[in-house]
Amino acid sequence: MREIVAETSHASTIVLDVVDWPGQTAGQHVDVRLTAPDGYQAQRSYSIASAPEDPHVALTVERIDDGEVSPYLVDELRPGDTLELRGPIGGPFTWRASDGGPLALIGGGSGLVPLMAMLRHHAAQRSGVELALLVSARRWEDVLYREELTRLAQRDAVEVRFTLTRERPPGWDGFSRRIDAEMLAAVAPGPAANPAIFVCGPTPFVERAADLLVELGHRPEAIRAERFGPTGG
Amino acid sequence: MAPISRGFRGRPRRDIDPARIPPGQYVVDDFPVLSAGPTPRTPTADWSFTIDGAVDAARSWRWPQFTALASETFTVDIHCVTKWSKLGTSWTGVSIDTLLEGVGTQGAFATAWSDGGYTTNVALADLTGGRAWVVHSFDGLPLEPEHGGPARLLVPHLYFWKSAKWVRGLTVTAADEPGFWEAAGYHNRGDPWLEQRYWND
Repeated sequence: MREIVAETSHASTIVLDVVDWPGQTAGQHVDVRLTAPDGYQAQRSYSIASAPEDPHVALTVERIDDGEVSPYLVDELRPGDTLELRGPIGGPFTWRASDGGPLALIGGGSGLVPLMAMLRHHAAQRSGVELALLVSARRWEDVLYREELTRLAQRDAVEVRFTLTRERPPGWDGFSRRIDAEMLAAVAPGPAANPAIFVCGPTPFVERAADLLVELGHRPEAIRAERFGPTGG
Repeated sequence: MAPISRGFRGRPRRDIDPARIPPGQYVVDDFPVLSAGPTPRTPTADWSFTIDGAVDAARSWRWPQFTALASETFTVDIHCVTKWSKLGTSWTGVSIDTLLEGVGTQGAFATAWSDGGYTTNVALADLTGGRAWVVHSFDGLPLEPEHGGPARLLVPHLYFWKSAKWVRGLTVTAADEPGFWEAAGYHNRGDPWLEQRYWND
């Protein structure tokens, strides 16, 4: 492990130098395996946050307080430690600049991580594909990569919108509610533009977003989803 | 031998018979949801289950006919390739043996297909012999759409992606044809006890 960067009070990015890394596609994940001195092992999957163009592999891990692996990665792991990982893994939830667009990315909480890899890839390729990203979080301090997102949102083809569901900073001009049909219609290109849509977040968030997108007339086949649940990661 | 992770102890070991946990899995008490797209919601009035492909005559059941077939209630452990296992899950449904009764098959494989376009391939040998069902109830209640309702395939001795949600049919095939995840890097058979997660396992 090369370096650890605190993103929020409960999430950190772990930057890795991986020997013989074969390269990844934006959206893929890795399996991390930890081994205790008594031989006990625990494995979990984490999305890759870095762009394929980045020479390092960065994972952003949200600490789940009663979790087993994430508290270790966020609180205990130090630069120089070795981490056993496997990957990259994952096929349908990936995007390459050559796949084209337009692209609609909908992320709830740490579901932003694989979408960030797509946005960073888009920037590294200087892609002109129209990309709309909607980020949902409880409060501004919980938004991962918020300064980089604000910077990347300046690019021509890119639009980044935020919704804060619990607390807003003074003068907030973004959305202030749970995602709904009106918000998705305002952010994502309409069904006529046939966007490729990627939704990632906690299960209830993804269920809601995907149902709303179908109701708005998007083809179910165009909606790719990645859900995660409270499973003690 | 895997390298020791400095400072990692792991959770206190739970009082669970280790023989029930396949390698690399951990036990959960909740029921995580994993699917690759939106959740389809097919009313039972529009639902049918079909067996076709390399068979002497295709068969199909509407919901009332399907739920009138001899059903079984049973308790099994399930194992997801994303590492969670859930022990002692209770299901009610119709065994594939019952559905295949009197059907002449001319292939050794099947593709299960679902509302929403999902497919997964399973050898008939893994679907028969009292080891696979089409289930419509979980814990005595109708199966929720996000867990695959109105009905899903259940093949508990393989990783859970083989237990296709929203299943609508089995197409018997002579050749083994990779399904959705099998074409995307996941193992063709997916035996959790052999830790057959990905292509190279």
